[in-house]
Amino acid sequence: MSETKIMLGNEAIARGAYEAGVKVSSAYPGTPSTEISENIVKYPEIYAEWAPNEKVAMEVAIGASISGVRAMASMKMVGVNVASDPLYTVSYIGANGGLVLAAADDPGLYSSQNEQDSRCVARVAQVPVLEPSDSQEAKDFTKLAFEYSEKYDTPVMIRTTTRLAHSQGPVTLEPRQEIPDKPYERCAAKNVMMPANAKGRHVHVENRLKQMAEDACDFAINKAIYKDTAVGFITSGIPYTYVVEAMPNASVLKLGLVHPLPRKLIEDFASKVEKLYIFEELEPLIEEQVKSWGIDCIGKELFTLQGEYSANMIRERVLGMEIETAAPAQVPARPPILCPGCPHRSTFSVLKKLGIHGAGDIGCYTLGAVSPLNIIDTTVCMGASISTLHGMEKAKGKDYIKNWVALIGDSTFLHTGVNSLMNMVYNQSTGTVLILDNSTTGMTGHQDHAATGKMLNGKETKAISLYHLCKAIGVEHVYEVDAFDIEALETLVKREVARDEVSVLIVCAPCALLKSQATKAKCIALPEKCKKCGMCLIPGCPALTQNEDGTVKIDDTMCNGCGLCMKRCKFDAIERVE
Amino acid sequence: MTTKNIMIVGVGGQGTLLTSRILGGIITKAGYDVKLSEVHGMAQRGGSVVTFVRYGDAVAEPIVEEGQADVLIAFERLEALRYAHFLKKDGVIIVNDQRIDPITVVTGAAQYPENIIETLKKEHNVVAVDAMAEAKKLGNAKIFNTIIIGVAAKRMDFDKKQWLEVIENTVPPKTIELNKAAFEAGYALV
Repeated sequence: MSETKIMLGNEAIARGAYEAGVKVSSAYPGTPSTEISENIVKYPEIYAEWAPNEKVAMEVAIGASISGVRAMASMKMVGVNVASDPLYTVSYIGANGGLVLAAADDPGLYSSQNEQDSRCVARVAQVPVLEPSDSQEAKDFTKLAFEYSEKYDTPVMIRTTTRLAHSQGPVTLEPRQEIPDKPYERCAAKNVMMPANAKGRHVHVENRLKQMAEDACDFAINKAIYKDTAVGFITSGIPYTYVVEAMPNASVLKLGLVHPLPRKLIEDFASKVEKLYIFEELEPLIEEQVKSWGIDCIGKELFTLQGEYSANMIRERVLGMEIETAAPAQVPARPPILCPGCPHRSTFSVLKKLGIHGAGDIGCYTLGAVSPLNIIDTTVCMGASISTLHGMEKAKGKDYIKNWVALIGDSTFLHTGVNSLMNMVYNQSTGTVLILDNSTTGMTGHQDHAATGKMLNGKETKAISLYHLCKAIGVEHVYEVDAFDIEALETLVKREVARDEVSVLIVCAPCALLKSQATKAKCIALPEKCKKCGMCLIPGCPALTQNEDGTVKIDDTMCNGCGLCMKRCKFDAIERVE
Repeated sequence: MTTKNIMIVGVGGQGTLLTSRILGGIITKAGYDVKLSEVHGMAQRGGSVVTFVRYGDAVAEPIVEEGQADVLIAFERLEALRYAHFLKKDGVIIVNDQRIDPITVVTGAAQYPENIIETLKKEHNVVAVDAMAEAKKLGNAKIFNTIIIGVAAKRMDFDKKQWLEVIENTVPPKTIELNKAAFEAGYALV
């Protein structure tokens, strides 16, 4: 009997890669894609790594594919933007060994800076897209993606959303296929994309998509399920499950391949149902094509472009049902916050005191943008803190940024921040950059990176020195400082923002949640000494609250003993015990 | 069997994910189809988090929608109140009677509601426990979530022995005995 296991969508994609005989996997962590790599690395048959960014990861997979083995790159949707340069061109090169990009979208914005739809990127890159609806399909479609990649000589995207990536469901396990390596043959016309060769390959790209669109009418993963034909839905992915839940008797065309679309199959389905709905989250990718063929259907007139869908959305908007539920209670919001003992809080408390504005970046430290810290003014994308600060200086002059710094994490700095720092040095910036070095990729759940000294498989490796890297680029003023040494940090920040040259402060202290940082130390409030001044409360540590008389109390189950509150207390009313 | 809907809500970092793993384990052991939907990433940093667990003969969607939950397991009482409207009319709330102030309360922008348990009891079937106090009796405050599982298990249709087996297979090996003791304490509590 075959074994069934409950798996996260991401775990199932990893299993699919394993069963498909994948030999190389490269990725950069990003919610909701991270667990793909964290599970792939459990299979010793696959070489799996963290790359410094998604472009590098994509190129590593391309190289492996050209050499003749099955290879995968995985990333969140904004990572697809970073990888889009190689993606657009490898679409022309195609695949020798199967080449798959796992892209995870985030409708509803659980942990992202925008709500983009990767299917649209793939469509412009002329890359086929498979979209599973549950964990079992996540595994099956991943395997299929490798088959299609080799059959049609194309990279293939497997697209998930947060709701699939982070949902668990049963998966039937199968053995790994041992796929022999494809022979490598030197072929510049296919693999060297210069104008003359790319012209020829563009013909292949167009023919390939046309052929696949025709073949897709017979793909088993594109399923027309005829029941009551008064209403028909064209849908895919997680939204398919909402259709099944809300209208189990409706006819459904479930698309497993969402690009290119099987036109004849869709025309046939549309002709057999009286009223046709297109039910797809985010962009009207399917809807616009179907409408362009002169087919009457309803999509975004009824269903939103924003956020996640639900079964209740169909019940209300298609069936006209009124969903009777109690009104939600009016309760205080609970937004995410920096953890107790987080070194970023200590750093930000100093910047707040100095009235500094932060050009921010992507990571836990983005939470410095909200109350009570309010020190981050801008957040765009990975690496943008340093370059946006540079842009402000060039626009308004060096005095304008004397109360600004760029704030970027260690992993983010290595991702793309280092390029921006090169630009600062080259173009004679005077900005100050704080690298918030917490020895990990924090927000995504503690992944190693090129400066931690450990690889994805846990083995030790060379740790890139951020200090020497900055020095090598040409930054004269590079200083390392402990994030919890608030006096030294204050002195340094004051001195370096005043300087008319580029400075980098590497503000070090490991993430409080790292296992290596587990501590028994706690801070204890001494109410008899407390003057109720509130200085300790200003940085907003969630372990600190006030008793009814206004004195401070510290929750011993939350406190990590970082001592920031103790250092801020002028009356010795907080002490630290081991 | 019609699909059963369970929600686990709490504050990011409280360990709701481990609870959903254990629930997933017991449901699979009983031979049901199951889907669990979790929140990872930014919200795990002290934000309001919710996990959906659905099981039955065949489960399509992975989320529980408003008015559909049979059981709401809340690791913190404000979070119970926040999600109470997801419950069916005869649904049960199992709530850890603990207060964790959200940052909006800490900064004075909002007030932490008074008498939450009483408010919930007006409309719902509520089982309130102080799991943190029980956990401290066992010498480890962090084990409170397994105590809550014990409380919930007593109100669900699975065999106690099987719960203990699933716990043994799910938690880190060094903590098996502690987790089993916590489960037993929760099971015997109310």
